[in-house]
Amino acid sequence: MTMTLVETITVGSGGASSIEFTGIPQDGKDLVVTFSSRTARVNSVGFVETQINALTSGYSYLYFYGDGSSVTSSSGGGNSWRWIYTNGDDSTSNTFGSAQLYFSNYSSSNAKSVSVDSVGENNATAARAILSANSHTTTAAITSIKFFETSYNLLEHTTASLYTIS
Amino acid sequence: MSDTPVKIVVDLSKPKGQRESIIELTSAELTEREEMRIESEATQAAEDKAQKETAKKKLSGRNKLLDLGLTEAEVTALIG
Repeated sequence: MTMTLVETITVGSGGASSIEFTGIPQDGKDLVVTFSSRTARVNSVGFVETQINALTSGYSYLYFYGDGSSVTSSSGGGNSWRWIYTNGDDSTSNTFGSAQLYFSNYSSSNAKSVSVDSVGENNATAARAILSANSHTTTAAITSIKFFETSYNLLEHTTASLYTIS
Repeated sequence: MSDTPVKIVVDLSKPKGQRESIIELTSAELTEREEMRIESEATQAAEDKAQKETAKKKLSGRNKLLDLGLTEAEVTALIG
């Protein structure tokens, strides 16, 4: 197995509403994205959403979530996958949420599946961790992946790195 | 500098050094962003409500087991 870094996006000082990889090369078997983020939302830990191929519907998920005192499991669907924890602008200074996303068989003609593990890191008693299984019925190869917060900017030093697995 | 939010797009089909574009959002994208914000907040509210309901049921169940005569240690062993 070979894991190859394709590209890293780093948000600059002005922030950005979204970051997106397009024209993803189809020469790998799987994709991995490592993601570190902080947003302008004042909500210690929130979510960053993910869309593929600019699709705005048809996303399904199953997750379980823990916050240090309880665990919750749920499933559903929507217009994006939203299970990346991010730190908000009122969380401890210089802390970022982190995630790893694994896209299996991204260039195949089968429905697409993605596993995500993510945590909010606030250097506080209560923290959040989530593990999710996500799917989309599209049979098209994944050529683009977009990350965004619904209404607040991703802040400076937010990064996403895309790797191919072959 | 404009206050309009920007998006960062990295086109991997281009050579390194020419991939990144920083683009202001169009009015249509700003409208879509607002619609997604509303849906996201509704989803978040539903998730928060579900989590509170789960915690409430867990506490209720624990209290009922204690009322039946189980010890705290026994209840914790059963349901955490």
